[in-house]
Parts: sequence; C-alpha cells; structure tokens
Amino acid sequence: MTTRIVELRRGILKKNDELAAVLRQRFEAAGVLVLNLVSSPGTGKTAFLERTLRELRGRGARVAALVGDLETDNDARRLAASGAPVQQINTHGICHLDAEMIAKALADGGPFDVSGLDYLFIENVGNLVCPSSYDLGERIRVALLSVTEGEDKPLKYPTLFNSADAAVITKMDLAAACEFDRALALKNINEIRPGIRVFETSAKTGAGMAEWLEYLGEARRKQG
Amino acid sequence: MHELSIAASIVETVTESAAAYPGAQVIEVRLRVGALSAVVEESLQFCWGVSTEGTPLAGAKLVIRTMPVVVHCAGCNADSEIGVQSFRCSKCGELTADLRQGQELEIESIEIEEPESASTVTA
Repeated sequence: MTTRIVELRRGILKKNDELAAVLRQRFEAAGVLVLNLVSSPGTGKTAFLERTLRELRGRGARVAALVGDLETDNDARRLAASGAPVQQINTHGICHLDAEMIAKALADGGPFDVSGLDYLFIENVGNLVCPSSYDLGERIRVALLSVTEGEDKPLKYPTLFNSADAAVITKMDLAAACEFDRALALKNINEIRPGIRVFETSAKTGAGMAEWLEYLGEARRKQG
Repeated sequence: MHELSIAASIVETVTESAAAYPGAQVIEVRLRVGALSAVVEESLQFCWGVSTEGTPLAGAKLVIRTMPVVVHCAGCNADSEIGVQSFRCSKCGELTADLRQGQELEIESIEIEEPESASTVTA
C-alpha cells in the first residue's frame, strides 16, 4: 500500500455558492433588488418586514417576500396582510435557508415571477449563527437587532454582523424602558463591521422607516 | 447547528473526488476553517463521525486547521492578525473592514491509501 496526498482546495459550500451565483445573476437580469433579513428569533423581523412591504406598496413598488421558518406559516400569513405575495418555506428542523430552498420556491409555477418585482425580501430562519454561511444570491444582507436583546449582540455573534451589508435596530419605541445604551450598541456594531449603515427603527411608530425606505430606493436605482 | 449539513457536504465532495482513485481508501481529510466561518470544531467532528458511519469514508480522520482573521490596514499598508471582537489594525488601532483571511470553509486536501499498482508489484 502507498499513501499520497491529493490537493482539493474545494469550498465546502461550493454547491450552495454556485447555485447562489446563478440566482444572483437571475435577480440582476430581472432588475429585482433582493435582501436577506437575518436576526435572532423574536427580534421583530416579521413586524419590520410587514411595515416595509406595506410602505413600499403604498409608494407603488412591486414587492414580494419569502419567509423561512422551521414550522408553521404564521409569519407568511402576517406578511400577506400587507397585500404583497408571500411564500412560506418550512425547513422542518434545518436552522437556515440555503440557495436550493430559494431556487425551489422560485421555480416555474411558483407564487410569483421575479421579473415582475422591484424588491424581493427573504426573511431567514431566526438564528444568528448558521444563516451567515449560506449565500442566497441576495444583493444586501441585513442583520437586525432589537433594543431588548442587549447591546453586545454584535460582539457575541461577530460572524453574522461582519457578513452584513446593513444593520437595523428594531423596537426603538421600547428603548427607554429597556435602558438601551444606543451609543454602545452603535459602537459594537461598528467594531465588528466598520462603516456599516445602521437604521434605528420602530415598526410600531414608524420611526426610522423613511430613512430605511430611502436606502432601499437608492439601492434599487443603483441596480438599474 | 449547521455542522451536520457541512459534514454531509464534505462527505459528498470527498466521495466524488476519491472516485478518481479506484481502490483507494481515504484515511484523512484536511480542512481550512476560518475563525469567522461560524463552524464549531467539536460539533463538526461529532457530525463527521455520524455522517461517515457505514460509508467508504468511515474511520477517515478529519483534521481542521483554524485560520485566524487577518485584516488589511490602508494607513499602515500592512496586514495584521486579529481576534473576532474588534476589527482594528493591530499596529495602529484604526478600524478596518478590509478582510483578507478568516472566512475560509475549504477542503484543502485528502490523504489516500492505494494498493500498489500492478506494474510496481512486478518491477
């Protein structure tokens, strides 16, 4: 018997990355801006997205959402109340969405045609660890953090915050009650992802939404 | 806990690659895993055992090389190795988002054991 070493240099998630690249190309060609929303369970992704969908629709934008959860279609039903087409993806125990799940949900005969959209939002499974490894073909990855979670969340989950393109602080209407240290939260986000845009929002009062929508509009225009 | 999905991907890739060497036994799989890759080594080792059981890869050793985070500082025009709690140049302390290493999730190589080829045996 002889032994030898065979160089592979292969990305472990190569298949996901390749599929995500195909999706990204498809989204770019269709002119749809795709965002991947990631946070802990309970941060308020659904409430934030519900408001975003409603406000964008109010401005005449064509929007849709894919929402990932282990079980139930509760979030999809909440989001559908905005009037936007919404598709639930149940992962049945898998802790993240991957590119294949997105491709399947958007296959022919799916709930909506991406080429007829301005914005597509993907609400990931509530988890601050695993979704960071999986590219879904999105243009913008958004990390959300609520004022009730503690200002050190970015330090505890650096991978996710470091891989994000924008950060959203939710539930700002509860900031005073939680004695939320805004300056510390902003500093921690910036230590992990220097220069990242941060939006301080409340889906309840609408605070910070105008700035967020302006950012979306800008990103959409850049996409052409 | 996505280490099980990762272990399954490694099994798939290594099995495909090893098919080019008929009769060979994979004895070691070497990975490069960045400090920012969100993979827990102990968990991946556990999942590797579970995922390879009953397959031709059963018993193959998984060797994980952790790659520290390296950032580039434009001011110093230098790379430096840092932790994951603060993305600052370790020389001047300036914040930097220019990541040069630490996100790897890669199969570097495999070590295989092959039967002696017929020509070698007769020689």
